[in-house]
Amino acid sequence: MRAFIRLGALLLLPLWLSACGVNDIPTYDEQTTATWAQVENQYQRRADLIPNLVETVKGFAAQERETLTAVVDARSRVGQMQVPKDLLTNPEAFRQFQQNQDTLTQALSRLMVVVERYPQLRSSENFLTLQAQLEGTENRLAVARRDYIEAVRLFNTELRTFPGRIWHSLLYSDLEPKQTFSAADGASEVPRVKFQ
Amino acid sequence: MKTWLRAAVLVAPIVAFLVSGCSAFAQPDFPPLTGRVVDQAGILLDGTEINLARMLKRYEEKTTNQIVVVTVESLQGYAIEDFGLELGRHWGIGQAGRDNGVLLIVAPNERRMRIEVGYGLEGDLTDAEAAHIIRTVIRPSFVAEDFDRGVTAGVDAIIAAIGTALDVPRPLKAEEPSDLATHLVPALMLLFLYGSFGVIIYGSYKGHFKSVGRGPYSGYGGLAGIGGAGGGFSGGFSGGGFSGGGGSFGGGGASGGW
Repeated sequence: MRAFIRLGALLLLPLWLSACGVNDIPTYDEQTTATWAQVENQYQRRADLIPNLVETVKGFAAQERETLTAVVDARSRVGQMQVPKDLLTNPEAFRQFQQNQDTLTQALSRLMVVVERYPQLRSSENFLTLQAQLEGTENRLAVARRDYIEAVRLFNTELRTFPGRIWHSLLYSDLEPKQTFSAADGASEVPRVKFQ
Repeated sequence: MKTWLRAAVLVAPIVAFLVSGCSAFAQPDFPPLTGRVVDQAGILLDGTEINLARMLKRYEEKTTNQIVVVTVESLQGYAIEDFGLELGRHWGIGQAGRDNGVLLIVAPNERRMRIEVGYGLEGDLTDAEAAHIIRTVIRPSFVAEDFDRGVTAGVDAIIAAIGTALDVPRPLKAEEPSDLATHLVPALMLLFLYGSFGVIIYGSYKGHFKSVGRGPYSGYGGLAGIGGAGGGFSGGFSGGGFSGGGGSFGGGGASGGW
């Protein structure tokens, strides 16, 4: 009888292992990678919109050279950035990445404030289209960042709490906690570009 | 031997479940999804609602695209972009795998509206087009306080923007094998795995514990396998009426005020 119970317990072991989340760490790891890809996509999309936007604004408000230059400079810094392979686990690289993108965000929102002074520009069909695209991209970016933050939260929590902690040391010790966006200085939360 | 060990093995999953607290996101209170037109704010005439619902149903049957119109009493302090995204994901508008849902949200008290576009339609109904619809089709009617006309014309314009692109439904990502097959194969694999596992363990234990006697118990491994696979079937069916197809959103679309 005793052996029978023992046998039962052993047979349940694999079930128990999977119930205890032996697969959780790789699953969450994949999720962080997937959500990060979305974040990168949206940053790229935003960068792609900028040359067109700058040209359009220039056509109506060429005298706003300083603001326009700031946007162009910030964009080229983002474009030239060397993104290391271990970006997500390297705090220094991640901070640098975030800082460059934030600089561009700020330059863009200053440009959008300046634009308010040019009613002709604001009512041009070309600008309205660009504006909608930029708004949409910033919104998607906010969503992508939020999804990424949530995925990293799950992943990091799994690494640091029971029972993930045990699986981590036993099976997945090559995976490190991932970096996430900090809201420390308030600049990391992407300000929404609002026009109405 | 070591009753506590057995107890620990049994109790551990329960403890783990209790310890890992649930990670509830702070979410607004969403209205229930009662149909393709959810007029919580009560700004649409009954006739408009019925006509729209009928039209949207026909449209979905033809293209599988799900369009839902919702008016809300309050955004509960959220930006309409956040509210719309969370609502779309919460309801699961659009088909799973295609993410072809569109939500037209009107918040009359905040005087805000938004066209929320699912991942799968972002290419057909771009942000710029959505903004254009809001600006030129819906807003003029809303400014004149004619919500019925604004919403109807808005839905027409949305359908015109995406309609032709998807008259022939796109195949799902990969043609899924039938439900039975998807569940049967893993179930059989589990059965086999547990069965052989059981034999191995039983075999290795037989030598040590004579009290067990001979053989018939290895079959229990197979039974455990069936139990484990059973969970896969739950939640696949929904009751009658309208429900979201499980589509998701990524923040595409445009917002506006009036």
